[in-house]
Amino acid sequence: MSKIVLRGRKINGGSAEGEALVTKESLGGFGCFDFDTGKVIDFGHELYGQNVSGKILVFRTGRGSSAWSIAHQALRFVGKSPKAYVTKESNPQTALGAVVAHVPAVTEFDQDPTEVISTGDWVKVDADRGLVEITKR
Amino acid sequence: MLGLARDEQEMLEGKEGPARQKAMELLVKYAEGLGADRFVDTNNATVIVGSIPDVKIVQKVVPSLDADEIASKFLLDSEETVVLDKVKAFTTTNATFRDQRYPELQRGGKPHCDLLQKMVDYLKRVGVIHLATCAPYQVGNIPMKGEHCAWTESSAVAFCNSVLGGRTNIEGLHSSFASAVTGKTPLWGMHLSENRLGKVIVDVEVDMELIRDWYLMGYYVGSQVGLDIPIYTHINRVPDLPRLMGLCAAGIASGSIVMFHIVGITPETPTLEAAGGNGKNLRVLKFGRKERGIAYERLNHSDSDDVDIVVLGCPHAGLDRMRAIAGMLEGKRIHKNARLYVTTCHPIKNTADKQGYTEMIAKAGGSVWEDSCGLVLAVDPSTVFACDSAKMANYLPGETGSKNIWFGTTEECIQAALTGKWRGEL
Repeated sequence: MSKIVLRGRKINGGSAEGEALVTKESLGGFGCFDFDTGKVIDFGHELYGQNVSGKILVFRTGRGSSAWSIAHQALRFVGKSPKAYVTKESNPQTALGAVVAHVPAVTEFDQDPTEVISTGDWVKVDADRGLVEITKR
Repeated sequence: MLGLARDEQEMLEGKEGPARQKAMELLVKYAEGLGADRFVDTNNATVIVGSIPDVKIVQKVVPSLDADEIASKFLLDSEETVVLDKVKAFTTTNATFRDQRYPELQRGGKPHCDLLQKMVDYLKRVGVIHLATCAPYQVGNIPMKGEHCAWTESSAVAFCNSVLGGRTNIEGLHSSFASAVTGKTPLWGMHLSENRLGKVIVDVEVDMELIRDWYLMGYYVGSQVGLDIPIYTHINRVPDLPRLMGLCAAGIASGSIVMFHIVGITPETPTLEAAGGNGKNLRVLKFGRKERGIAYERLNHSDSDDVDIVVLGCPHAGLDRMRAIAGMLEGKRIHKNARLYVTTCHPIKNTADKQGYTEMIAKAGGSVWEDSCGLVLAVDPSTVFACDSAKMANYLPGETGSKNIWFGTTEECIQAALTGKWRGEL
């Protein structure tokens, strides 16, 4: 099993491991999730119908409204949070969202994580050191 | 590495009480997440209290629904309940997303309306001015060029940066409230001049007379530029307020355009060069008939042309739009199968009431809603919507569960309300 390590910058500290759910698209917050299930309900999004709960969520960056952080905090309150965020680019939505969702988050890697990581890969995130280890499936 | 000024350090140590301490703790984590070096003073924040989750989720976390506890957990992300005296910065509310007169027509019903009223009362208690709008620049919160702000609401953020020359990142409920409490915001991103230059030139090839096409342009370009700032060139019209509101709203619904330049129009764009247009590695994008069509097709998708609900006023209708809509409906009657809602904030509705516009719309069978938003309508998922905002069209499926959306001009929407049929075309 081949392992790949990406080096980036911590957004929010902590560590987690799990199965990756990957999109090359930006991810919304407001109107994006069903809070009963954790499924993406953003019509037309690449992840439409996929469940983010318990996943290592790999995406380009946050997009859309200011309610990003409240939507991602709400996922935590209902127990449907992703385990970690791995983003190609960081912006205020992802930074604040990770802080209030209390999930480890890493960004600004030496390679594009949405290219290197595929959905279903096993991913270990060590946010404090900015490291993401990928075991390809 | 984040450095703190003395007053910031003191707030963090709790010398100004536990509420400011929690707010500063949150801002420090947020600033570190951004990679900011320091904070800057702000005296202008907008708080999007309407974005608070459904009352069922709030009640699960705060069974008593005590306002101070809700504010601590949902606004400051503090497990400990802290009681705030007054915010430091001049702060106004964003849309509450509920018109208190019609609880049963909005998701969450009366319990959620009551929750939001409670939070509005809390915010007024701590010194926040209740404007209740996604377009605060229409009703008294108008940032000046260069002013550091902590604004929420996607379209208003783009308007502040692009049209007014104020400086704000796209803040969330938590960070904007923490900024209101402390008078601080991370000196990062759009607060720094070097980050306000354009990275993509958009060559506009179509006539830009229609408000609709400003939405379509924003919607198309938003899906193409990522986090890069576009510079619009060769636009053949000088845009007015509704057109710029449309461009702001659409570009951040399909994407993340927190700022754009329009050569010769926006305050930091006297010339293409001033906006960074002669920089290296600039991409060039075209907005022609084909690109406009792509955005239009993406926004229009419905199983039926029988329209149930027409929603106008996204962002919140200004006096210009209220006048136009009232004029189009004068002496007419909305189709028995259709409903029409025009959303705005109470300061504008109060003026529309006195002017007679609200009554003209009501006589035709429509309804002017204050402080709310079409996205919170409680509807059956088979409902067919028509709207004149690409932002509304973008978010309706996720928020209401309906995938039947028509987008077009205000005139086409009014026709749909009068006939019950969608006949819009590009």
